[in-house]
Amino acid sequence: MRTNDLILRTTTALIAFILLGFSIYLFLAGHQSPGGGFIGGLMTSAAIVLMYMAYGLEPIAKIIPVNFKLMIPAGLLIAALTGVGSFVFGESFLSQTYGHFHLPLFGDIELATAMLFDLGVYLTVIGVTLTIMLTIAGDE
Amino acid sequence: MGEEEIAVLSPFLETVTIVCIVGISISIFILIYRVLKGPTNPDRAVALDAIGVNLMALAGLLAILLVTTKFNDVILLIGILLFIGTIAIAKFLEKGVIIDRDRD
Repeated sequence: MRTNDLILRTTTALIAFILLGFSIYLFLAGHQSPGGGFIGGLMTSAAIVLMYMAYGLEPIAKIIPVNFKLMIPAGLLIAALTGVGSFVFGESFLSQTYGHFHLPLFGDIELATAMLFDLGVYLTVIGVTLTIMLTIAGDE
Repeated sequence: MGEEEIAVLSPFLETVTIVCIVGISISIFILIYRVLKGPTNPDRAVALDAIGVNLMALAGLLAILLVTTKFNDVILLIGILLFIGTIAIAKFLEKGVIIDRDRD
């Protein structure tokens, strides 16, 4: 039986963008206010789960052709490489630094290497959460 | 640097906020009664949704009481998670599956 969820689908199409934007905001704001890689990854996976709930398993797998199981080792690799990368500059493992850069659109901003570690956490959380969700949902 | 000005709340605003917190707490208790007693499952789902909205209001009032802006992300977060959770419950009550497999 096909049901008609026009309202759910339209709402999802509008809200998924807000959710993804909010998750990126949480990811970038984690240095000086609440947020960070973990909660940003959770919000991104919540947005993708909402899209899965509204549109079903097959269409979203076609729209987002990402193997979420591969995101876990990718995130872990990024997080480990940021730790190893400090050996290049003769520092100890996982030491961090920051610097001020002048970007054309944003002006003077402070970029820290802790954000690269956060990126690894972000990808790992997305991969773990969506792997759990889709493994449970794909069971018949 | 680390010299932050400690903001104080006016006594009138503090009284009003505490009265609002008490009112919302009473509302949450009445909703908990509906969750425990509700005859059908959709009753419980609607009551849980309303509890979430009251929780958002409680977080906002707490942010006023503690004079901080750090709770604003939390309020938005509760709203989003509430929406997704309510949709999941509604889909489960209607169809029995949350993420359906093949739709043409």
